Amino acid sequence: MSDKQRVTRRQFLTYTLMGVGGFMAAGTVMPMLRFAVDPALQAKAGGDLIATGLKESEITNEPQRVDFKFDQQDGWYESQVTQSAWVYKDNNGDIIALSPICKHLGCTVNWNGNEEFPNQFYCPCHFGRYEKDGTNVKGTPPRGPLDRYDYEIKDGVLYLSMRAKPRGGA
Amino acid sequence: MLNKVYDWIDERLDITPLWRDIADHEVPEHVNPAHHFSAFVYCFGGLTFFVVVIQILSGMFLTMYYVPDIERAWESVYYLQNQVAFGQIVRGMHHWGASIVIVMMFLHTLRVFFQGAYKKPRELNWIVGVLIFFVMLGLGLTGYLLPWDMKALFATKVTLDIVQSTPLIGDVLKTLIAGDEYITGAQTLTRFFAIHVFFLPAVLLGLIGAHFLMIRKQGISGPL
Ligand code: HEM
Ligand code: FES
Repeated sequence: MSDKQRVTRRQFLTYTLMGVGGFMAAGTVMPMLRFAVDPALQAKAGGDLIATGLKESEITNEPQRVDFKFDQQDGWYESQVTQSAWVYKDNNGDIIALSPICKHLGCTVNWNGNEEFPNQFYCPCHFGRYEKDGTNVKGTPPRGPLDRYDYEIKDGVLYLSMRAKPRGGA
Repeated sequence: MLNKVYDWIDERLDITPLWRDIADHEVPEHVNPAHHFSAFVYCFGGLTFFVVVIQILSGMFLTMYYVPDIERAWESVYYLQNQVAFGQIVRGMHHWGASIVIVMMFLHTLRVFFQGAYKKPRELNWIVGVLIFFVMLGLGLTGYLLPWDMKALFATKVTLDIVQSTPLIGDVLKTLIAGDEYITGAQTLTRFFAIHVFFLPAVLLGLIGAHFLMIRKQGISGPL
């Protein structure tokens, strides 16, 4: 034969057994791994906007709390959930819809929640504070500004996204 | 009677060398509190293992009543604690044991650290020990959600927030652990349950096995 190295019987057996073994191991493990990571690979639910009970004409410069409900599918569990937003018009007349979930550890913030800090959002849990536009006050615990909902006005009524989005920055 | 049974089996299977190899060796004087009382510091490793055994046993019995479903988990824990005989004791064992095991592990680690027992040739066992530490934290973390009360829910939301703040892969990581991009709910509870009751205990037993094998092979480090 040529000067190419010949494969010995032992090597041949090793390769075949490792190949078959590897194939069988992969065949066993792959379905389980794919099974486990499914939540991360599922198509994003997409953001339907939800009608709130609030008319555009009712939105003022003063933040007001709006609750809105939608049906939520959590795996096999379906339920109606309520989201809340603080809604107002800023000086340019643009609508702002802020999430009330504190960016520190998730308590619920209130507009004018503390008499000592007028015209701010106040979190009672660890005294976190935010300006009217949601920016966190430096030196208080929150790690960032309040999340914002997407909104739309349809037939004079305020529609909000199911989830609020982070605004980034600190 | 028992001796006869043992001899009957031993005659056929020769099991004596098996357990002799594992169990039959002297306790060195310097680790025996009967000789030097200060040697009690050597007990913390064994105490950690003892509590782990209690956690596994009480946990196995808890699952006879516990249901990992968001509508029923809390009710099932309430029921097993208040209606089932000795429910308060069994849940109490698991509840307090979860904290005590961390304390014992910490004391054991301190002893190893201050005696320098992690030095060559025992570096690998230090590493395995650190892995055990992480697995134990994981068990405490995933178990904490299971009663599905307010404290459990919000503690887990904070945990998931922390996970999500991981650079680059934070969002995916959170979804993987919570089972949903936004919701801390039905799928989070089943995932945590599976991890708490099957995955982590399996890993833990493997690591503890390696830990003990190495101790057996290398012996306990000498006196200071
Ligand atoms: C070192 C090992 C373990 C640690 C540190 C640990 C920790 C915990 C913690 C902190 C809780 C919450 C208890 C409470 O809030 O009262 C819990 C609950 C639970 N654990 Fe474990 N666990 C361990 C092993 C196991 C094992 C091996 C099983 C099952 C085979 C198990 C089954 C359960 C169940 C069913 C619950 C829910 C019932 C309840 O909350 O009382 N655990 N665990
Ligand atoms: S949760 Fe709001 S300040 Fe801590």
